Amino acid sequence: MMLDTPETPENAEDAPAEEHGDHGHHADEPSYLVYGKEKGFASFLKSWLITVDHKRIGIMYLISVLLFFAVAGFTAIYFRWELMTAAPDVMSGDTYNKAFTLHGGIMVFLVIIPLTPAALGNFVLPLMLGAKDVAFPKLNLASLYVYWAGAALLVYAVLGGGFDTGWTFYTPYSTTAQGPITWALLGAFTLGFSSIFTGLNFIVTIHKMRAPGMGFFRMPLMLWALYATALTQLLATPVLAITLLLVAMERIMGIGIFNPDLGGDPVLMQHFFWFYSHPAVYIMILPAFGIISELVAVHSRKRIFGYGAIALSSVSIALIGFLVWGHHMFVSGQSELSGVVFSFLTFFVAVPTAIKIFSWTGTMWGGSVRFNTPMLYTLSFLFLFLIGGLTGLFLSTMATDVHLHDTYFVVAHFHYVMASGAVISFLGGLHHWWPKMFGTMYNETLGKIGAIIIFLGFNLTFFPQFVAGSRGMPRRYHEYVSEFEGMQYMSSIGSFVLAFGLVFVLCYLLHALFKGKPAPDNPWGGVTLEWETATPPIEHNFHHTPVCVRGPYDFPEIDESLGNGHH
Amino acid sequence: MAHAHADDPNRPEWVAHFFHSKEQQLSAAKFGMWLFLAQEVLFFSGLFCAYVAFRWMYPETWLSGADQLNKWMGGLNTLILIASSFTMALAVRGAQTKSPTALKVNLLLTILFAGGFCVVKYFEYSHKFHLGIFPADHYAYEGSTGLMPIFFAIYYCLTGLHMIHVVIGIGFLSWLLFKTQKGRFMDGNYAYVENVGLYWHLVDLIWIFLFPLLYLVK
Ligand SMILES: [Cu+2]
Repeated sequence: MMLDTPETPENAEDAPAEEHGDHGHHADEPSYLVYGKEKGFASFLKSWLITVDHKRIGIMYLISVLLFFAVAGFTAIYFRWELMTAAPDVMSGDTYNKAFTLHGGIMVFLVIIPLTPAALGNFVLPLMLGAKDVAFPKLNLASLYVYWAGAALLVYAVLGGGFDTGWTFYTPYSTTAQGPITWALLGAFTLGFSSIFTGLNFIVTIHKMRAPGMGFFRMPLMLWALYATALTQLLATPVLAITLLLVAMERIMGIGIFNPDLGGDPVLMQHFFWFYSHPAVYIMILPAFGIISELVAVHSRKRIFGYGAIALSSVSIALIGFLVWGHHMFVSGQSELSGVVFSFLTFFVAVPTAIKIFSWTGTMWGGSVRFNTPMLYTLSFLFLFLIGGLTGLFLSTMATDVHLHDTYFVVAHFHYVMASGAVISFLGGLHHWWPKMFGTMYNETLGKIGAIIIFLGFNLTFFPQFVAGSRGMPRRYHEYVSEFEGMQYMSSIGSFVLAFGLVFVLCYLLHALFKGKPAPDNPWGGVTLEWETATPPIEHNFHHTPVCVRGPYDFPEIDESLGNGHH
Repeated sequence: MAHAHADDPNRPEWVAHFFHSKEQQLSAAKFGMWLFLAQEVLFFSGLFCAYVAFRWMYPETWLSGADQLNKWMGGLNTLILIASSFTMALAVRGAQTKSPTALKVNLLLTILFAGGFCVVKYFEYSHKFHLGIFPADHYAYEGSTGLMPIFFAIYYCLTGLHMIHVVIGIGFLSWLLFKTQKGRFMDGNYAYVENVGLYWHLVDLIWIFLFPLLYLVK
């Protein structure tokens, strides 16, 4: 395999010319978090808001995304409270519809899509590449402002009375219902461009700005995952943009493309919508695969098993993901033939996904596994994602899908995939890169306790929903027959535990931020380039352009003479 | 910050501090633009799919819809845009050969052609509005049969979206002209000119698909 021999990088001789001429700034150079502080608070704040530093942009994304995560999370707690009993007691049906729409809309468009690529990815991608920034730093800042603009439009729609279309904006309801739906559509439309900008930036950065000596197959797997994600962001999001624009135009001036009265076709809207929104699931999950690949290798002290297979399976998942959208429409009146084709294509996605799970387990096999917080999140991810992935097969099988369609089974499935995939892996990644990001260590014991609470809360919330759904409990009802009360009650209790776990994590991380022990440059013994720079990194990441001389998982303690690490 | 590389005599001032070399910066800029164009194609693709779906569902409507459109005006606009692509290519050539006059003249010509396209389109649209041919819901023209509103919904969406791109293009071209006037793009850093050129060729290319698909249905 290409990784084994650290060959001399072909353009290594260029490297000295790239180095800074002045050696004036060294270890005493301020970190990216504090430069500009000496001129007073107002100009310090301004230095953040107009920064083109990918690390600061990543942190600002992180804060914004977590803020919306809290809003959407508390909305969920609110309607889980309603669902504890079969009778409607806490809120009206109308409020309930708006609440779940708010939860879904914010979680998808404002939280999970930017969570790992734009927040964590922005921070780590150039560092892992050994680059001083992304290829287009101003575009990167623009993407953040576009995100804020889109968020403002969505918030405006919520404050202006709320909307209850579900996050999917299905026609004809979304084109005929009252309320500020047009604003919400324009908000989601705008957010799409923020995602496109990030994707475009990452693709160019990965192609053009790898450190000398870093070929594509010497990149850390996180970068492969972000690359596959960026491809999907770039190529799928414009289709969502035109779809939402057409729905908005339908509302504003009745263009009729989705209106059957005028010869239009509402199912066409579903085709367009899922052509984006299925790949969007991979925008949410592919970065998670990247994080898990890093965590599993670094904290097992072993070369990743099947590097090439993991790298290429990310790309193939991204590509197959464009051909499966019809599995959302098995009961929407598409032809039986297309149903069968989409069903089979969906099964294909399971293959590269299973390759990954297999490779991660294979990496841990025989490694020196450290049971620290990042590893607990990794294990939690593997367990939850396996359940999420396997239950997906029930839904891609047409015969079972007709029964399970629009039930809690679907709700449980996509929370196991998206919430576990995106949120659990994000939390693992956040703990892994926390020392590098903020230069402090968190309390390891509290970290482990938090990971365990979240794992238990998560399962208690969503596992009963599989059972309720398979017995016929439909989604999106605030009032239901009393036989489901037991399972709904369990699920609500689980959601409270989950929320408690997340608040718990937030508390000790905030404590670590201000009072934590200073972190060393490389607390985990990672060998990717982000661990070679200062902690927290300086403004321009590296004093000298680093040269990549070994594979991303060639840990020093791996005994080359035994030739293990691969088998 | 360029000062960090002050010791490298071959490194032009305009290369950003995070790039190794001007080649890296220029190739990144161009690659980014190609990706942006891919995004643009997919943005239009939704409407093209809708076009295919409805044409397949209502073939007669499409035939009589095309009859309502003025082929001469559409053809004239096609010629105008092809000419503008030619002058745009000459503008890029002007930047490459460091000839400010060639760059300026050709940018100006491209802007004029783009303006001409808008004028022709204005006459087309206002004639339609005069007859009461509005998008779908507001369609009020008496002298047509079939599901004409849906044809014109597609027509207005496709040409309108294209028109927005033409107007944005005029904005970019004017900005280039303004900067050229101030002496930019003559130091080998003409990635902006090339990228606006690529964008303009795409706008042209989309129209070259739109014209036969809408006006020349047989
Ligand atoms: Cu799907």
